[in-house]
Amino acid sequence: MPMTMNRVSVPVTVDEDACIADKGCTVCVESCPLDLLAIDLLKKKAFMKFDECWYCLPCEKDCPTQAIRVDIPYLLR
Amino acid sequence: MSDVIAEVDVLVIGGGTAGPMAAVKAKEKNPKLKVMLLEKANVKRSGAISMGMDGLNNAVIPGHATPEQYVKEITVANDGIVNQKTVMAYAQESFNMINQLDRWGVKFEKDETGDYAVKKVHHIGTYVLPMPEGHHMKKVLYRQLKKARVEITNRYMATRLLLDENGAIAGAMVLDTREGTFGVIRAKSVVLCTGAAGRLGLPSSGYLFGTYENPTNAGDGYALAYHAGAELSGIECYQINPLIKDYNGPSCAYVTGPFGGYTANSKGERFIECDYWSGQMMMEFYKELEGGNGPVFLKMNHLAEETIGTIEHILHTNERPSRGRFHEGRHLDYRQGMVEMHISEIGLCSGHSASGVWVDEHAATTVPGLYAAGDLACVPHNYMLGAFVYGQFAGQSAADYAQSHELPAVDAAQVEVERKRVLAPLSNPDGLPPAQVEYKLRRFVNDYLQPPKVTKKMEIGLDRFAEIRADLAYMSAANPHELMRAMEVHFILDCAEMAARASLYRTESRWGLYHYRVEHPEKDDADWFCHAQLKKNDAGEMTCFKRPVDPYIVELDDEEKDAYNRLRVVKQAEAA
Repeated sequence: MPMTMNRVSVPVTVDEDACIADKGCTVCVESCPLDLLAIDLLKKKAFMKFDECWYCLPCEKDCPTQAIRVDIPYLLR
Repeated sequence: MSDVIAEVDVLVIGGGTAGPMAAVKAKEKNPKLKVMLLEKANVKRSGAISMGMDGLNNAVIPGHATPEQYVKEITVANDGIVNQKTVMAYAQESFNMINQLDRWGVKFEKDETGDYAVKKVHHIGTYVLPMPEGHHMKKVLYRQLKKARVEITNRYMATRLLLDENGAIAGAMVLDTREGTFGVIRAKSVVLCTGAAGRLGLPSSGYLFGTYENPTNAGDGYALAYHAGAELSGIECYQINPLIKDYNGPSCAYVTGPFGGYTANSKGERFIECDYWSGQMMMEFYKELEGGNGPVFLKMNHLAEETIGTIEHILHTNERPSRGRFHEGRHLDYRQGMVEMHISEIGLCSGHSASGVWVDEHAATTVPGLYAAGDLACVPHNYMLGAFVYGQFAGQSAADYAQSHELPAVDAAQVEVERKRVLAPLSNPDGLPPAQVEYKLRRFVNDYLQPPKVTKKMEIGLDRFAEIRADLAYMSAANPHELMRAMEVHFILDCAEMAARASLYRTESRWGLYHYRVEHPEKDDADWFCHAQLKKNDAGEMTCFKRPVDPYIVELDDEEKDAYNRLRVVKQAEAA
């Protein structure tokens, strides 16, 4: 069955200058109850991989360098 | 057998609220037992209280309330259909649990003398205890898990329970959600603590994960219990909550009520006497929402500045702290405007209503070796404190059962069937994406199951669900994460079918909006003063049957019986 990739704006933004995933940090990846964040293996920075957010905020609160910002998803903003 | 990844005495599935308590209490009961806590996310931040909780909704504290009063209140709020023994068991243990949590470091609001500062929100009694610093709840639980030496297994989901040849518990079959591999955990007893079926209806925003409940709670435990042959109860008594329009946080009359906030219509007038969530209250809410004075609002703009500041601090730092951001985006300040409210999508949840897996006062289900606690266990209106208390009962019961039973043999045939079902989407590269199947399924849930419940609509819904069931085999998963979502779609579909069949079975109206059958608008105590149970029969079909309500242990006065039917504010007729 043919498929397409739809673009969506995701609610979680990572400040790549502040993110220390390149030093081995995975705190946000571990704290997400829905397992939506991942580390980009080329950039070595965290990013939102799946748009399935509950905007619950553990990723933002637990980040040791305050690199994460969670916005309300556009559909309900 | 190569599939077996662990052998334990007690397996607790779900590490949110009830689960950690069950695991700790099983270990305390018998420290020699091997107790494993299995969690789909990470127990540090999982479940309905990942960001904590702003208060206890049902604290039974001496001097403010008695267990007998509480049992009466819940019996009336749940329209009489209550196994009072289960509610009484909770009520009697409620105060001990609060004291234990207090010792563990949970901060409750206290008055100047050091007593718990309980507030009145319910129609009859006084049970609400605020936790303005409740955001640390998961940390408190995690410390106890470590102290009790519970084995924690994160990022695994249970897909089916494993049974022995007599239909008793033998363990669970699981999926590693990071690796996409299948495995078996052998266990003597299992405790289900997987929370509500929160991803059943589709929020009106259309955003799949914008649900009231944490959307990771897809109804896993309802489906696990059902396929293991357990009885479920009151599934037709849906969870429907008053929420902030578009935002999935509760309108929080529990927080704002004691400060003077209230639910109002568009004229700013109060229309319900009591903001405690019940089906009867939701019916009045629904009528006002759809009527000429709608929509409905949460009104706080009449309160003093310092009061509003306190409310903001509680609401914007606990439970659903992103709500402050939502209001900011809509340019709403509690000081000026009223908060527009709406009705949530439907779900199954005993923590808020009464839809759940049937348990007795020891948290035992009808399957030997299987226990349940928290939002999915049918003890009406149990909320967070009830999850802790029943988590304790379940952990202790499961420890006793494990102590007196051997580890059952693994039935290779069950494992083989399940391995095929679970891994199928990985070998289907051109199949249906799970998110598309889920969207369609949940849109049908809204179209056909949402109250007011209409017989023909629910029957059409069942036809659509059967078609989607045929589609399940064609789902495709591109990675382990999508495979987890695909298996959740199976759970959601099971819950949707249960919701339709249980609702069709009870041919009367009860619990206000939760079970409003348009063709049967009246309550019919002659035929339906009973629990409606649902289970998988020996032929593998979904069946419903009646279970009588056990004789009450606390009798109700006639005046009390009717209390929740008189929630609408009565206006004095104006003189002509």
